[in-house]
Amino acid sequence: MRTWVPRETTTRFYLTVMLLLCLVPVATTWSGQGFYLDLATRILILAIAAVSLNLILGYGGMISLGHAAFVGIGAYSVGIFSYYEIHNGLVHLGGAVAGSVLFALVTGMVCLRTRGVYFIMITLAFAQMLYFVFVSLEEYGADDGLLIYQRSDFGALLDIENAVVLYYTALAVLAGCIGLVHRIVNARFGRVIVGIRHNEQRMRALGYDTYRYKLTCYVISGAMAGVSGFLLGNFTNFISPEMMDWTHSGELIFMIVLGGTGVLFAPVTGALAFLLLEESLSSITVYWHLIFGLILIAVVLFGRGGLHGILLRLLSRGKSGRC
Amino acid sequence: MKRDGLYFLTPVAAVCMAAMLIAVPATAETVRIGFVTTLTTSAGVIGEDMKNAVNLAVSHLGGKMAGKEIEVIFEDDGFKPEIGKQKAEKLVKKDDVDFVAGFIWSHVLLASSKTVLDSGKFLISSNAGPSQLAGKHCHENFFSTSWQNDQTPMAMGEVLNQEGVESLYVMAPNYAAGKDMVSGVESVFSGEIVGKDLTKWGKDRQLDFSAELAKAKASGADGLFVFYPGSAGGAFIKQYQQAGLKDVLPLYTVFTVDSISLPKFQSASMEGVLGSKSTMFWAPDLDNAANVRFVRDFREAHGSYPSFYAAQSYDTIMLINSALEQTGGNLDDRDALRSALKQADYDSVRGRYTYGNNHLPIQNFYLREVVVDADGNWTTGIVRPVLENHQDPYAGSCVM
Amino acid sequence: MDWHLLIAQLLNGLQLGLLLFLLASGLTLIFGIMDFINLSHGSFYMLGAFVCATLVEVTGSFLAAVVMAVIVVFLAGALVERFIARRIYRHDHLDHVLVTFGLILVFDTLAHLVWGSAGAAIALPGMLNGRVEVAGFVMPTYRIVIIFAGLAVAAGLSLLVTRSRLGMLIRAGASDRGMVTALGVNIDRLYLVVFAIGAAMAGLAGMLIAPITEASIGMGNEIIIVAFVVVIVGGIGSIRGAFYSAILIGFIDTLGRSYLDDLLGLFLSNQASETAAPALSAMMIYILMAGILAFRPRGLFPPAGANR
Repeated sequence: MRTWVPRETTTRFYLTVMLLLCLVPVATTWSGQGFYLDLATRILILAIAAVSLNLILGYGGMISLGHAAFVGIGAYSVGIFSYYEIHNGLVHLGGAVAGSVLFALVTGMVCLRTRGVYFIMITLAFAQMLYFVFVSLEEYGADDGLLIYQRSDFGALLDIENAVVLYYTALAVLAGCIGLVHRIVNARFGRVIVGIRHNEQRMRALGYDTYRYKLTCYVISGAMAGVSGFLLGNFTNFISPEMMDWTHSGELIFMIVLGGTGVLFAPVTGALAFLLLEESLSSITVYWHLIFGLILIAVVLFGRGGLHGILLRLLSRGKSGRC
Repeated sequence: MKRDGLYFLTPVAAVCMAAMLIAVPATAETVRIGFVTTLTTSAGVIGEDMKNAVNLAVSHLGGKMAGKEIEVIFEDDGFKPEIGKQKAEKLVKKDDVDFVAGFIWSHVLLASSKTVLDSGKFLISSNAGPSQLAGKHCHENFFSTSWQNDQTPMAMGEVLNQEGVESLYVMAPNYAAGKDMVSGVESVFSGEIVGKDLTKWGKDRQLDFSAELAKAKASGADGLFVFYPGSAGGAFIKQYQQAGLKDVLPLYTVFTVDSISLPKFQSASMEGVLGSKSTMFWAPDLDNAANVRFVRDFREAHGSYPSFYAAQSYDTIMLINSALEQTGGNLDDRDALRSALKQADYDSVRGRYTYGNNHLPIQNFYLREVVVDADGNWTTGIVRPVLENHQDPYAGSCVM
Repeated sequence: MDWHLLIAQLLNGLQLGLLLFLLASGLTLIFGIMDFINLSHGSFYMLGAFVCATLVEVTGSFLAAVVMAVIVVFLAGALVERFIARRIYRHDHLDHVLVTFGLILVFDTLAHLVWGSAGAAIALPGMLNGRVEVAGFVMPTYRIVIIFAGLAVAAGLSLLVTRSRLGMLIRAGASDRGMVTALGVNIDRLYLVVFAIGAAMAGLAGMLIAPITEASIGMGNEIIIVAFVVVIVGGIGSIRGAFYSAILIGFIDTLGRSYLDDLLGLFLSNQASETAAPALSAMMIYILMAGILAFRPRGLFPPAGANR
């Protein structure tokens, strides 16, 4: 028997997770384990990308297999400006957002004319094109990528060369993005988007210009992913076309499904579980991909609703007193 | 009641995070060496060869350097610069190694270099030799037991000139080392380069060279210069043979025909590769005591000849050992360690060599040929030395 | 212009196109009939190559090895269908992408465990290892073999689909799945057979290419994306579409690689064309796909009545 769990309860759980994330730098500084601060920073940055993908995928039903392209654009904005020794952080960030908005607008206008399988494949195709563009740009390292010798400069106020500052910056951006998605999906605009996912024909019949709604949503999502790319470039100090590879888009999708598709906070727990799993499995054996692949299959076959589903089951069991 | 579940989960999350933070004890009695190489994907075979050589070196040393226990931590870069960099980061920050070594691929090394060097650790390349680290971005804590990418093809350029080759067709994969190889042969070869193809590399690399080989044949060149490391080399040689180019377009290779691919060619009886020429700083039949021991013990343990990747990896451990012996096992005095490394005071399997200002070897290069050994195995044998005490062309732009 | 070179490149393009067709024909049927996105279709391509390499060593005969390996891959395909794919046909595309992505990881690692990372070379019998000369034009015999084998399989498949009862069901399934089920056809068995035939053909493609490039881990992941482009361009569920678009893409890819830098050289500096050409030739098939989808959103030859 499944009992209904009020949303506040799960929200409280996710807020606790976010609170715990606030404490990570304290713990790592105290124990001197800088490596885990890096791991946690990576988790946050990928969580931002996953949150952005969740907006179009989880709420809008647009399965994009090319989302890593936006992350790559954001990262390359940092890399290319630094290459010309322009270190102003606002310029980097502006470039990341402008670049990804432009790419989302242009590709979105073509992609969103298609649906279903065709949408999956055409987003993949555009990401591949961008991948090959950067592979051919000798000036920016082509296949070999580019080292970023200095992180974006935001003045003395926000020194992201400092690992802890970068961590909290990423955390703040993540919280901001979650807040933004929350606002969007609860506004009229978001309800239209969800409505389109359920039945686009009906929404059109109701007089909505569904194409424009979808395009706007796609662009917002792209911009957010661009920001996560901006952070990723700064974090790794290295960029390469590899970042845009379709397997990375696939990983973002997995994070969402692992957390629970269409759940506001799910990409965060998904990214957390994904990277911790990857980290611990890869330290056990070089054949870890086998276990990882099996887990992936098991999550889809048996773990309906991902971690969020498990959370709901746990909570409802506690509630009906059968635990 | 509804809180039960919640309060059950919160501590779980907390425990997970605490588990991450369990400190790794670093004892003063061990030398920690991180070794980044490729252990998965089709290039994993190179990484295994290197790993075997490292383990052989450790056992030759009795597991100890200057009285300290040797601990080698192998990491897999998955053939991707991004992953390699993450692994280097882990070695530096989590495992707190004293040396980060290995690196097959130039782009992986370049991506990882900043992380390692910024942390003050020593970075030792056991294969990759990108021009950047030899010249403009050279670093006091970077050393190499291999070569700079341009050198081996430069030796090949010399050979081509000596053999009177007038026109050349060039093929290489499109990545850092591929470009260095091409510029290396171009800088020395005095004839005309009639065509050049840089093919896609990386995860999605191109392995069917039919279009390029047809072009090369049509170009009417006197020779074909090729650089295809790892299993791509096997694919290339096979297609070269099937296209029947052996008598039309003689093959000159660098890092393409090695002890990893030769047994495979032999079992597929691809006689076309016999007699093909390549240049290298080392060969299994190079006659010095260290090399004889290395090759003999390696063959005993693994049944095949060591590749040059193995030779360089073996030397990496021996170089570190020589430095530690000199400092009496002191790992904290970085300056003493650095000047000890710089002397290269050990019996390398290539014979003695010295380090230039950029910490890349100044060494001999030989012309090698694929031959059949006394037991009927295919291997490479030295024909003649080509360059003596050769230094890479980028050393001048290194201010150090 | 060098005519010999052009003919050689056209034949190379045809060879690549036929290999792509072997991969894409199964993919397009699985796509069209079961509405299932199978990213791991390339794993059967890899499996075929490795199994064939092992069987060549055991039996000593290339032909026998190919025949047996096709059967092995057919069975492997049937197993994957029965125990994994069948459970998620009704799920959305998202789940298909994830499960088959997981399958890729599983197959690649299993190959690493079983065959090691060195890959496997396949020795060809001397007869196939030589060269043939037609009117002063020399070509490796084996590449001719690939072309004829590819054409033969394409012809056989076309007969199967247009003339047999199974083919009738396949065509019906591709254009209206619901109706076929309603007519009382054993849909489970149809799905199983289609999936396994698709896998076997992908495996055959792997076996044919392996004597040239060797069997290696992950070899299927490199070509599967291109096969998807073939399917989309040709129209999902259409064998005929898959055939024409595979040949088209084979030509574009091969000719792009050989002539694009000369072509660009007419407009750009030598240096610029040399660097732009490889990227542009790699991008061309995606540009083609985006272009075709912009004007014909269901590909070149959508199956009659297909509504998706």
